[in-house]
Amino acid sequence: MARMKFLCDADRCIECNACVTACKNEHEVPWGINRRRVVTIADGKPGERSVSMACMHCTDAPCAAVCPVNCFYTTADGVVLHSKDLCIGCGYCFYACPFGAPQYPKVGNFGSRGKMDKCTYCAGGPEADGSKEEYEKYGANRLAEGKLPLCAEMCSTKSLLAGDGEIIAQIYRERVLKRGYGSGAWGWKTAYRETIES
Amino acid sequence: MSSFARFIRPAIGAWALLLLIMAAPAPSLAQQINPTASSVNERQLLQEMDRIQGRVSIPDQRSSVLMQPAGREWREFRNVALRWIGGVAMLGMLAVLVIFYLARGMVRLESGRSGRTIVRFNTYERVVHWMTATCFVILAISGLNITFGRPLLLPLIGFDAFSEWSQWAKFAHNYLSFPFTIGVVLIFLMWIGGNIPNKLDLEWIKRGGGLIGHDHPPARRFNAGQKGIYWIVVIGGGLVAATGYQLMFPFYVSGIEGMQIAQIVHSVVAVLFIAAMLAHIYIGTIGMEGAFEAMGSGEVDVNWAREHHSLWLDQELARSGPNDSQPRPRHAASAAE
Repeated sequence: MARMKFLCDADRCIECNACVTACKNEHEVPWGINRRRVVTIADGKPGERSVSMACMHCTDAPCAAVCPVNCFYTTADGVVLHSKDLCIGCGYCFYACPFGAPQYPKVGNFGSRGKMDKCTYCAGGPEADGSKEEYEKYGANRLAEGKLPLCAEMCSTKSLLAGDGEIIAQIYRERVLKRGYGSGAWGWKTAYRETIES
Repeated sequence: MSSFARFIRPAIGAWALLLLIMAAPAPSLAQQINPTASSVNERQLLQEMDRIQGRVSIPDQRSSVLMQPAGREWREFRNVALRWIGGVAMLGMLAVLVIFYLARGMVRLESGRSGRTIVRFNTYERVVHWMTATCFVILAISGLNITFGRPLLLPLIGFDAFSEWSQWAKFAHNYLSFPFTIGVVLIFLMWIGGNIPNKLDLEWIKRGGGLIGHDHPPARRFNAGQKGIYWIVVIGGGLVAATGYQLMFPFYVSGIEGMQIAQIVHSVVAVLFIAAMLAHIYIGTIGMEGAFEAMGSGEVDVNWAREHHSLWLDQELARSGPNDSQPRPRHAASAAE
């Protein structure tokens, strides 16, 4: 069984934000919410790195552990999804997430949180695959159609890889070998408790 | 043709010079340039600061935090440590109260009822107390639901019912925080006079407050135990209110670490507060004969005042006027107890 993961090759990312735009468009993400973002570290200085970050779909997801209403579930592919029907908008998943993936629309009084929204690995939610209700709440379900997440498909430099963890780790290893350098798979130690030796 | 020939020699010379310049410092093919030599590295960044932050082009600046591993420690605290602290504090207090009641029983009025009463708390004081107390109970239950609801209640009533209940509990918790905070402020102001600790309290504590045996240490309007409760309410209530508002208005005053710390302080103070209030509720209801009516009807039996707050009773009798504090016969049917 495939175990889906994301890998952002920070040496190739050019901060074009195609992944951010593709995701926002494909899922009609509401205004103010960004499921995926590109963070540039040491901007303008030597050693500048850009990393594309969304939900990493962790093994032993901390968001699922702290949710007071247990609205998260992990699919057989290792994708961490949640139910917006059960979510009460308490914000705990954001406090626990090492990557800041959960986002909340400001709907309540005093800026209180609405239902949590986050990257779904283009795998929708608990509703029926490809249904209108699923699209309205969670966006497109590409995984059910046998496709990979759109952010990785649209990446202009193929720095963002998505797919089975073994396969993308191997691709990354081969790249590092061929070009002679690699800054490592950012976030893998925290999310999956493993590193790819570079 | 001769004009062309004139150019050939300087042209060849120029080419030779160019080749010489280029050949001299040329790097050998075997030497590879590593473009990442000075680049930032994930492990190194996490060691320097406990988070990785950069620049983003989207307006939400909170998204500039790439990684905050402190979230894992917060998860550990909230799922493990907090449940232990809360469980031990609340269940421990319940156990202590049950054992104490079985051993000591209700503290009776040794001289029995006199039938004459004296006003202890006026209407305004009682209204403020009961508003704060009712809010506290609902806040406590809705707050405990966030921490303990998933392991204890969810398996009993199922996902949909539990989420619906939790949603309403969250609204109740957020809205009732306002009357609760107002109540705590009013309690602070109206009873500050009688709750300053003094030497008499030391004496009262040394004599165990009369909890063991048949001692009746003198006390003014509020004894040391009540002063303890007062300050727990004011300080604990102040802390949960301040951290609670910080949680309710997320990221207005702090970043992610501030929110995590606020949740830790809020939850730990809250569970200890609940444990303290369990004792307060016990002593005010079944723990002591004649205690509840102080807050219920506002009037207490004179013998109760004599036994438990003798100095206060003397003060009240000394300045008794026609309008208040005059001991008078109790009405026939008592609503208390």
